[in-house]
Amino acid sequence: MHEHRDYEGAKIGMWLFLFTEVLLFGGLFLLYAVYLHRYPAEFHAAGKDLSRIFGTANTIVLISSSLCMALAISALQRGKVLLSQRLVLLTVAMAGVFLVNKFFEWSAKIGHGIYPNSPGLLALPPGEMVFFNLYYLMTGLHGIHVIIGGAVLLYGWRLMRAGRVTPEHFVFLENGGLYWHLVDLVWIYLFPLFYLVV
Amino acid sequence: MTGHDIKYDTGPDTGPDAGPNAVHDAGHDAGHHAVPVRTNMLVWAALMVLTAITVSVTSFDFGFLNVVVALTVATTKAGLVILWFMHLRYEGRVIRLMVFTAFFILAIAIGFTFFDVAYR
Repeated sequence: MHEHRDYEGAKIGMWLFLFTEVLLFGGLFLLYAVYLHRYPAEFHAAGKDLSRIFGTANTIVLISSSLCMALAISALQRGKVLLSQRLVLLTVAMAGVFLVNKFFEWSAKIGHGIYPNSPGLLALPPGEMVFFNLYYLMTGLHGIHVIIGGAVLLYGWRLMRAGRVTPEHFVFLENGGLYWHLVDLVWIYLFPLFYLVV
Repeated sequence: MTGHDIKYDTGPDTGPDAGPNAVHDAGHDAGHHAVPVRTNMLVWAALMVLTAITVSVTSFDFGFLNVVVALTVATTKAGLVILWFMHLRYEGRVIRLMVFTAFFILAIAIGFTFFDVAYR
């Protein structure tokens, strides 16, 4: 059977989907910006409660995973299939590290009684309450994207193993990579806004 | 009706029976340029340096400027990721124009909201 392929169309479709993601997170960033404008002192106080170490570590992990993904695509384009497979697995492993870090970070916050609708949170000033609610909403939504991105890349790895993603036809992996870089992109803004807010 | 009839509408045939030029055509058609390893490494190093800058700058209190610095650094990092890791530098005009339009519209949304919020 002859399979119809259209790389340009596939990539344009992926970008269109990514724009909807940009608008989804963009709306939330807008919400963040307006509340930061209204409660600068409270955001400053609440931001100090987040672990800068965890935030920075996760930034390094995610940026490095993006590098691995970019290298995986380059390797595949040069015909180095095995290297590409390993780099994709490394990317997925880093997604795992990110999520484990996130788990510990959230656990610590929840252990201190700070989680949506908790008595401890409701006792805080309104500005700090908004900050932590946005923190859980936005890092949570981002975390879901990390899980989906990792799953998509793992599927891409399987397709490579099955010979269905090859140095000639790799648009699935390329689009999966685009999604992964978008996840990185969102974190690039989340990190300074929540962990470094001054 | 068969799928064979439509393939001529969509550019060079890159299917399994396309002959020895298939690889080349596939690459050419979609604008695939393998980014050199060295370039990727340099972009990563730049992202790391910018992360270090954005973390260390918080120990100084510039007041409102801290947010400006944080967002400027973040946007520079985003630009590096989009242009090199997401290959936008190597894409054709259509995709580049699309991406520019999308972010331009986002900038309008954020900018106009602040016209409202800032002068309330």
